Amino acid sequence: MNNLLILPIIIPLITGMFMVIIRKKINVQRVLGILAIAGTGAVSAVLISQIKASGIQVLHIGGWEAPFGVSFAADMFSALLLLTSSIVSLFCLIYAFRSIGKGRETHYFYPLFLFLLTGVNGSFLTGDLFNLFVCFEVMLISSYVLISIGGTRIQLRESIKYVLVNVLSSSLFLVAIAYLYATIGTLNFAHLSVRVAEAGQNGLLTAISLLFLIVFGLKAGLLLFFWLPGSYSAPPTAIAAIFAALLTKVGIYSIIRMFTLVFYHEPNVTHLIIGIMSALTMVLGAIGAIAYWNIKKIITYNVIVGVGFILAGLASGTPEGLTGAIYYLIHDIIVKALLFLIGGTIIAITGTANLRDISGLIQTYPYLGWMFFIAALSLAGIPPLSGFIGKVFITEGTFEAGYIWLGAIGLLTSLMVLYSVMKIFMNGFWGESYLYEENEKGKTKGLLFPIAALTALTIALGVGAEGIYAFSDLAVESLMNPSLYIEAVLGNNWVGPN
Amino acid sequence: MKKQNDVILRSVTRIAVIIILTFAINLFFSGHHAPGGGFVGGLALACAITLLFLTFDIESVRENMPVDFKAMAATGVLIAILTGVGGMIYDDAFLTQAFNYYNLPLFGKTELATAMAFDLGVALAVIGTAMTIIITISEDR
Repeated sequence: MNNLLILPIIIPLITGMFMVIIRKKINVQRVLGILAIAGTGAVSAVLISQIKASGIQVLHIGGWEAPFGVSFAADMFSALLLLTSSIVSLFCLIYAFRSIGKGRETHYFYPLFLFLLTGVNGSFLTGDLFNLFVCFEVMLISSYVLISIGGTRIQLRESIKYVLVNVLSSSLFLVAIAYLYATIGTLNFAHLSVRVAEAGQNGLLTAISLLFLIVFGLKAGLLLFFWLPGSYSAPPTAIAAIFAALLTKVGIYSIIRMFTLVFYHEPNVTHLIIGIMSALTMVLGAIGAIAYWNIKKIITYNVIVGVGFILAGLASGTPEGLTGAIYYLIHDIIVKALLFLIGGTIIAITGTANLRDISGLIQTYPYLGWMFFIAALSLAGIPPLSGFIGKVFITEGTFEAGYIWLGAIGLLTSLMVLYSVMKIFMNGFWGESYLYEENEKGKTKGLLFPIAALTALTIALGVGAEGIYAFSDLAVESLMNPSLYIEAVLGNNWVGPN
Repeated sequence: MKKQNDVILRSVTRIAVIIILTFAINLFFSGHHAPGGGFVGGLALACAITLLFLTFDIESVRENMPVDFKAMAATGVLIAILTGVGGMIYDDAFLTQAFNYYNLPLFGKTELATAMAFDLGVALAVIGTAMTIIITISEDR
């Protein structure tokens, strides 16, 4: 039992609820927001050190032992994601201080931001399928409000689509849970894993697993990403950044969790389908990224490419592939938030998202320009930066598993990604500057700090990859051996011959 | 201006609201051993207030009931979470519940559980949310 596990969920929840009561006091809300997220980050850092020292940490809520109660379990994979998401959301929050506007601030922006984190953290930590559904809903309902808060025309239009798609996928999620409960009779992840292993993953269970793949694919933007480009370009920059950094990642996390812990018996079917879906996702996303001349659209399609790439690592099913997926997931959370923040800043300065109307920004904003350059190289996977290690491992994993086509598509789309972001850099930052002080639409005061911090983080992640290896190694170990997770949650006697 | 010929509605409402409120409280307290609990209890109570809104106009009801329903919903959730945190203070797992038997003056030997405080939080959240929705929609008109 370790009560620390619940803190990343209840700290933002309690703080957010308190903020609802003190709605008008914006400065208090800002300070509380920073404190809450920093507290969550500190807790996850402590969790990481505990997991490193003594294995997977488990909390049985209310003292009811698994599989009868709701369990929370933190292995290294979820703890790393928890820490990364707290850091990134902290900087997105700081970015929001200067950019979100007073109207949104007094209408519960900060509480909703924290409720979103409550849902995300809960999804990362939970060890129960139905509780995962509830955490998804906490996250999604906050995101419904965040996407429409402010009530501009485009936001309202896109939020209708977003809500419709997610209500549909949530009901499919519920149906999938019902099927699984009807066949297996339990909802605890560890117990599910034991029961599925005992029953042998027959055709029915594989079909249910594919239904879960569709559900999480809708959430993560794996092939079923038709809703994503519109929804992510509607809300204000800080909100779009946190969406791009976290929401799809929760779907990816769920896919990785389900297909390494529960449905790992038929990789020839499930993992191959994931591989095909991620290859298509990468190709279609990359085509979208190079097709547009709209900054928002380009970076939104890059989110989709990232989803495909991470799940290619899972599809390989090898330790190398999973190592790569973990590295790339952490890198992707940071760099997508960074890219959205920079893109939003460019739009705030110039007042347009059309690349053809922008040029020569580097003369007035050299720091912004070079930070975008670093972010772009990092996204494409140029060696000293954080995207490189993940890409190397994922490619190695896919080659090892015999999916050479998958690795090749990954490398090819990396080129297209590089082209798409370099298009922003060369058209937006190079060239003749016609932008003078008087026709700037906005200022960058206070906006550059979070961008600089995230840039430093992506460099540090690339340079310090060796230091993270000890942690990601543990994460891969627990993902490759479901028995570790089962033993931690259910105790020794539940683990059968494996 | 409201029409003045709804005497029957007003008189019936005055009695019906008392009955509904009593029923709501009964539902709330019976939740542990019989069907009921915080959610239905809260909804039934919100129904009583809605009936008041329908019969009398919103302003006069609000004057007699000066409650910020948004803050009420938030307080409800806070109460619910803090009952869980209470378990952590005694070094148990989050949301561990405690109960004991007390001799209360009017009820005799009664079982009191912290689950009831959790339910109270749920009820407040439900009332607050339902009333916020109704009031917000009606104010926009």
